[in-house]
Amino acid sequence: MGTIGVGALWQAVATMAASSRSSASRGPSPADVLGRITLVTGKEEFLNERTVVAVRAAVREHDAEAEISEATASELTMAVLGELAAPSLFSTTRCVVVRALENLPEESAAGLLTYAADPADDVAIVLVHGGGPKGSGTLNKLRKIATVTEVKSTELRASELPRFVAGEARAAGAGIDEEAAEALVQAVGGDLRSLSAAARQLASDFAGERISVEKVGRYFGGRAEATSFAVADHAFAGRRAKALEELRWAMDTGTAPVLVTSAFAAGARGLARFSGAPRGMREADLAREVGVPPWKIRTLRDQVRGWDSTGLAGAIRAVATADADIKGAGSDPAYTLERLVLTVTELRTR
Amino acid sequence: MSVWHGLVGQRPVVTSLSGAASTGHGMTHAWLFTGPPGSGRSNAAIAFAAALQCERGGCGECHECRTVLAGSHADVGVIRTQRLSIGVDQVRDLVRRSALAPAGRRWQILVVEDADRLTDQAFNALLKAIEEPTDRTVWMLCAPTVEDVLPTIRSRCRLVTLTTPSAADVADFLVRTLGVPDDLATYAARASQGHIGRARALASDDATRARRREVVSIPTRLRTLGAAMSAAAQLNETSKAEAESITTELDAVERADLDAAYGVVERGRKPREYAPARAALEREQKTRAKRRHLDVVDRALMDLVSVYRDAVATAVGAPGGLVNEELREQVTTLAEDGGPEGNLRRIDAIFAAREQMLEFNVPVMLALESMMVSLLPPVDPAGGSGGAGAASALRRRGNA
Ligand SMILES: [Zn+2]
Repeated sequence: MGTIGVGALWQAVATMAASSRSSASRGPSPADVLGRITLVTGKEEFLNERTVVAVRAAVREHDAEAEISEATASELTMAVLGELAAPSLFSTTRCVVVRALENLPEESAAGLLTYAADPADDVAIVLVHGGGPKGSGTLNKLRKIATVTEVKSTELRASELPRFVAGEARAAGAGIDEEAAEALVQAVGGDLRSLSAAARQLASDFAGERISVEKVGRYFGGRAEATSFAVADHAFAGRRAKALEELRWAMDTGTAPVLVTSAFAAGARGLARFSGAPRGMREADLAREVGVPPWKIRTLRDQVRGWDSTGLAGAIRAVATADADIKGAGSDPAYTLERLVLTVTELRTR
Repeated sequence: MSVWHGLVGQRPVVTSLSGAASTGHGMTHAWLFTGPPGSGRSNAAIAFAAALQCERGGCGECHECRTVLAGSHADVGVIRTQRLSIGVDQVRDLVRRSALAPAGRRWQILVVEDADRLTDQAFNALLKAIEEPTDRTVWMLCAPTVEDVLPTIRSRCRLVTLTTPSAADVADFLVRTLGVPDDLATYAARASQGHIGRARALASDDATRARRREVVSIPTRLRTLGAAMSAAAQLNETSKAEAESITTELDAVERADLDAAYGVVERGRKPREYAPARAALEREQKTRAKRRHLDVVDRALMDLVSVYRDAVATAVGAPGGLVNEELREQVTTLAEDGGPEGNLRRIDAIFAAREQMLEFNVPVMLALESMMVSLLPPVDPAGGSGGAGAASALRRRGNA
């Protein structure tokens, strides 16, 4: 692949999510983008957009008056390309972001490649490919050109999300505990944009403080999923009173009963698979075998003490029955869920 | 070969229908064909339609017979659907046709396959037409059971009840129509439990046989909690893949049709009405995919039930062959391990999971997990999970 030295320098923009040490401040310099083509590829739309923003910032750093424009590749005709390539009379700095490169008209491909081979000095072109196999021929040709820098985003695995959160918090000037980052992922889910926003929110509200799991709980504990998982976690750990208390709160705050049963299903499934997994596996392999992110393995290791096969089998049956009950087989969801908590804590061997 | 040739193991039905067609004895304007899935309800209706249009009572050779069977006869209208419900628009079309005189000399025949999927509105539209038939109109409705059809309609129809064909009848049919060897035909006939379409697939397709082998081997593999969880995950995955292989092609065709209807392809742009139409189509396709997934899982569950039924039969010493004759050894072990009560409880657990999925929309994965752990051998309270089945089997024998 034609990723060259200068590109590798700020490859960090795209990969920083996955690496815990890099920081957001290391964006491209004006020299990295002007008179060059930045080719943005990869599946993480959020990270791709961040690359575009970083290029624009670099251009503005060079020339605050720079002309910044947007186009879609389907509009990229020969005339537009010709305009770009022509030496500009007024020599203004320009940044052109071209989106949906996969829709580039076939007849414009050659023109684009010609321009890329000899780009104008004061123009930064950003080509964003939306993913998929379409347009891969042009992509491959672009990659071979020396002035093209590819910034490719890699999709994050679930296990990498807490580290992403930590990176986002750090970029916003705050440290975050590992547990807190995990809790945030559990509460907010896997969407990078939401996770980034949540991490930045916490960092700005607790400026100068370290973000702890309690602080995450205070802010995002009210989220329905987080509450549901808390109920299930308490129940599988045998904390009956705590589980009932959380459950009542979940019901009072309007949490959908089905979220609670699905949290219980996930909990029972994790424990059953964990207890059935072969001994002596590496943590990463074990996580894959069980079907949970690696950081979850520690929780499971704690919870599984106190459970045997018969108890877990009974718990799984109870969850399925409760799920059917709240969907119409029973009459009172709150009662169904309370009974589920009692059944599960009862099945646990002390 | 007469039009009745394709009806397997339905002699009483063939006798009364061919009688009605040739002598007019017992002839009426509305018929309700019921029978278990795969017994050939709609085939029976179509065969009857051909017999009614044929000068010789369903010879299977003449122009009338051939066009009815091929679905191109001018005086036979059929509603057939891939969808979950049949709406009033589809029915109105047929109702309009029912008022017309036949183009030929005999009958105007209207067939509704899957009458159990008629919406209430569609039912009402149909009811009016059935209440006031013209002299030459014949309605034929098909549904799994009489309960699937509103009583108001039921009471106006003459009932035709197809039964589950015997394994011998099915095997004979497979040899006759597919030319497969006797032993394969016998296996497919037994394993299909009287479902003709399933029997044909088992007799003619390696992959179908392999998938069934996988399912019926589950009971033997269920030794530990971990194994039960894997079995649930695996069944969920393979059935989803099988369902997708059926629906993806259909989905693509429908999308292409939609694009063509809105001129998306030729004009290269999308009119404003396109997006909502596309969204509606995708919703329907999603429902159908889920439905197909449930169908495939359901069939696997019935295969699983057959193994435990065999175990119950073996445990009580019932005479006769097994559905899963090729697994006799494993079935005997199951019978010794659980006894008739234990295996009946397992059958209950399978039906409970089925009800959870089909009636209450419990996620397939969760329902299967709950089912698989219920199929595990009873655990010896003193021992660990490994070898618990063998230990409890020994205990049982000691007690007896
Ligand atoms: Zn004929």
